[in-house]
Amino acid sequence: MKKRSKKFLLLRLHYLAHRSPPDACSHEQKFLVLFSKKNTFFFTSKARPAFARLGIMTFGITSFGAYIPRRRLSRKAIAAAHAWAMPGLAAQGKGTRAFASWDEDAITMAVEAARDCQRDVPAAPASVVLASTTLPYVDRANAVVVAGALALPNTTLCQDQTGSLRAGLSALAAACRAQAPGAAMIIASELRRAKAGSAQEMAFGAGAAAITVGATGVIAEFVGAASLSVDLVDHYRSDAHGFDYAGEERWVREQGYAKLVPAAVKALVVETGVDLQAVKFLAPPSSNASIGALIASSLKIAPDRVVDGLAATVGDLGTAHPLLTLARALERAAPGDLILVIGFGQGCDALLFRATDAIAQRATRRGVEGAIRDQHADDSYQRYASFSRLLEYDWGPRAEADAKTPLTEQYRSDHQITPFVGGCCPACGQVQFPQFPLCVKCEAQVVFKPVRLADEPAKVATYTADWLQYSPSPPFYFGLVQFDNGARVLMEFVDVDGRTLDVGVPVRMTFRIKERDAMRDFARYFWKAVPIDSRETV
Amino acid sequence: MASGIRDKVAIIGMGCSRFGERWDVGSEALAVEAFTEALEDAGIEKRQIEAAWYGAGVEKVNVQNSAIPLSTALRISGIPVTKLENMCATGTEALRGAAYAVASGAVDIALAIGVEKLKDTGYGGLPGGRKGTFNDLWMPYGSAPAGFAQLAAGYRAKYDVSRDDLKRAIAHVSWKSHQNGVKNPKAHLRKAVGMDTILNAPLIAEPLGLFDCCGVSDGAACAIVTTPDIARALGKTDVITIKALALSISSGAELSTNEWDAARVLNTRTAARAAYAEAGIDSPRQQLSMIEVHDCFSITELVTMEDLGLSGDGEAVGDVLDGKYDSNGTIPCQIDGGLKCFGHPVGASGLRMVYEIYLQLLGRAGARQLAAPSVGLTHNLGGVPYNGIAAISVIGLLN
Repeated sequence: MKKRSKKFLLLRLHYLAHRSPPDACSHEQKFLVLFSKKNTFFFTSKARPAFARLGIMTFGITSFGAYIPRRRLSRKAIAAAHAWAMPGLAAQGKGTRAFASWDEDAITMAVEAARDCQRDVPAAPASVVLASTTLPYVDRANAVVVAGALALPNTTLCQDQTGSLRAGLSALAAACRAQAPGAAMIIASELRRAKAGSAQEMAFGAGAAAITVGATGVIAEFVGAASLSVDLVDHYRSDAHGFDYAGEERWVREQGYAKLVPAAVKALVVETGVDLQAVKFLAPPSSNASIGALIASSLKIAPDRVVDGLAATVGDLGTAHPLLTLARALERAAPGDLILVIGFGQGCDALLFRATDAIAQRATRRGVEGAIRDQHADDSYQRYASFSRLLEYDWGPRAEADAKTPLTEQYRSDHQITPFVGGCCPACGQVQFPQFPLCVKCEAQVVFKPVRLADEPAKVATYTADWLQYSPSPPFYFGLVQFDNGARVLMEFVDVDGRTLDVGVPVRMTFRIKERDAMRDFARYFWKAVPIDSRETV
Repeated sequence: MASGIRDKVAIIGMGCSRFGERWDVGSEALAVEAFTEALEDAGIEKRQIEAAWYGAGVEKVNVQNSAIPLSTALRISGIPVTKLENMCATGTEALRGAAYAVASGAVDIALAIGVEKLKDTGYGGLPGGRKGTFNDLWMPYGSAPAGFAQLAAGYRAKYDVSRDDLKRAIAHVSWKSHQNGVKNPKAHLRKAVGMDTILNAPLIAEPLGLFDCCGVSDGAACAIVTTPDIARALGKTDVITIKALALSISSGAELSTNEWDAARVLNTRTAARAAYAEAGIDSPRQQLSMIEVHDCFSITELVTMEDLGLSGDGEAVGDVLDGKYDSNGTIPCQIDGGLKCFGHPVGASGLRMVYEIYLQLLGRAGARQLAAPSVGLTHNLGGVPYNGIAAISVIGLLN
């Protein structure tokens, strides 16, 4: 076919699409499809109806979300805590890192990122992948707990992916290649522990990101992906040891990032024919700014195209990091923008997306921006060390109570507890949690209509700060929460510091660990209430 | 139509152990201490007791389950002994069991006893309770003071009371009880405390400080009951009778609906209505000579003044600060020091309150004796304000 203008090809495409009957198998159409996939106009609203008529669906990212724990520990405070032994750490004492509360783990953070991702998205995903190297359970499907908290139907395919910091992006690549019917949600969540005084302690953050892919409501079209699997052990962690052991950083840079990433991207270029100069956002695999710059220069992509890895405020999110930088790119992308995202760990994944016109209508979500904004400066290294189980406090005899969870009861009431579902009495309309056999208001024995409270607006009815009761994060704030729909629940309040807790203050629900059974290493999960500051919009 | 308990049962003997940190004695010795006093007071033989009701509120500490520990401690055999527990209402429940047995005619003489040995926990405050396998999955475990501190938040919001004003009023509640406790030789805490000390004490559960919380104590209290006729036959000239026994328990409405405004305790109001009706009290402010209420925490006592109808809604702050409930006020409250200073051995507390009224009515209250009291009220609150138990008794001289 001789060289034609894009306008001509578009007209030709529409002509072919409107022939009766449409014929998707013709040589000319195949060419047009291939050509279009390498060119921007395929992704414009002008071409899409034609492709839809030809039965060629677009597939790609339909939504994204993020969660970062609120507390930010300054690296200066970390360096100060270790100054007696490692005065040299002071040089790294810049910026802050996010750290999780005692009641957060890879499961709870995944739930929050997924809720952000699902906001204003009507359809539930058909599958959920939870990717992490720090899943709380080695043998108990962590993704099933997450799906339960999201109140997804129990027909949802749930899988854990682990074993490498690349697990999240690899799962995204697999979902994009599979293009299975129904949306697929990929959540990556990470809460890595680091030894006191280690470089990791400075570098690591905590958080989660979620991406859904599908064929409906695509905001960034999947263009292509390439993967490389190479056993370059930049770091590793065994189950028994619990902490990372890392190789020399310069070796990892030179033999790892500088060579493996270009090799994978080269394969991607061959597959998609993309011009790397056109990449608008390069989403890096880690928070380390020098690695982002190294990848950009090795790909000859302008350094200003590298998405900020959030080293200054959040730190490294491990498996969740490439999904987080991808989400950050999606927050900023304009229609037609190319986004290249890189995952790294025993090889490399490179995925290419192109923002569609629909990106302009992306729903209001907390996203990465919201998660970064919602921060609370906390320079207590001891609190971080206690929450991270590096430092064992003597909490006194009140902490000795046995916290065994009867698994029978946990299963029996799982439909109420994990998704935070109460019942609406069909006789009197009272919404109630917990739900017992008889209505709390009209005493009728009825079949209650399930009502999920996790996203219902609510306010503080009563509260106190309890300094007597054992809590890993004293004081223990709790009180009655009054939901606008009439339900009332006695709940714990969290993330109170720096906010106002008072009667009438609005609260939102967050999924957390209610209690840890240290003796049996089991966590029970439930919902807690977070006061909403009047300055917060979401 | 039921005729109620009024004047059907007389109290012929009472005993109360010294309350406090009784490191030297176990629950058996505490029971014997209270029982011996009651038996001597009644002027009867042990074998004349035909049935016993035994309450222990926190049985997992020290005392085992069943009635066996009591019958072993008192060496009583061959009579029915019932073990019961209903949180802080346990002592009043024991009295209720014994009184109803006498009123029914099933027995002539019955024993009610409450025993608690809390200071074997190894720490201050009440032991933290689990809430059952289901509730443990969702319900926050707050301490007892934190449960009652919710009332403070609700009260401030409902009546637009400032933090400082409410704090000062509840501090006065504790100040008054410390003043009273000094005069009670059996009290756990016998030391007057200044307002500044109370106001500046470390916080336990905002806004409650250390002095807003009652003492957690070891102790036992005991009553021997019979019919008024038998009481007279035993030579009692001033016959003390039970005028009312009322109990109200939450069904979850406060916890799960918006029925509760958090500025009152609904169970107290329900129980008070029933008790006043049973006792024939239509004007409690005029008719009650004295009251012993559940001042587990200062805020509880303040709110209880409104719940009992002794202060108008929203007026307790003013009334308390005006001294209405002080020892020289119009309705002396906690003349024995209350839970705050007499102490709070949970299962014994209800009977301890009756003991004080009994002593006052008979003019045997020593340095703290009030002038010619004729009728008194006791009040217990178990659980928490939003999910609990209220027990009220009215005790008076038989006309």
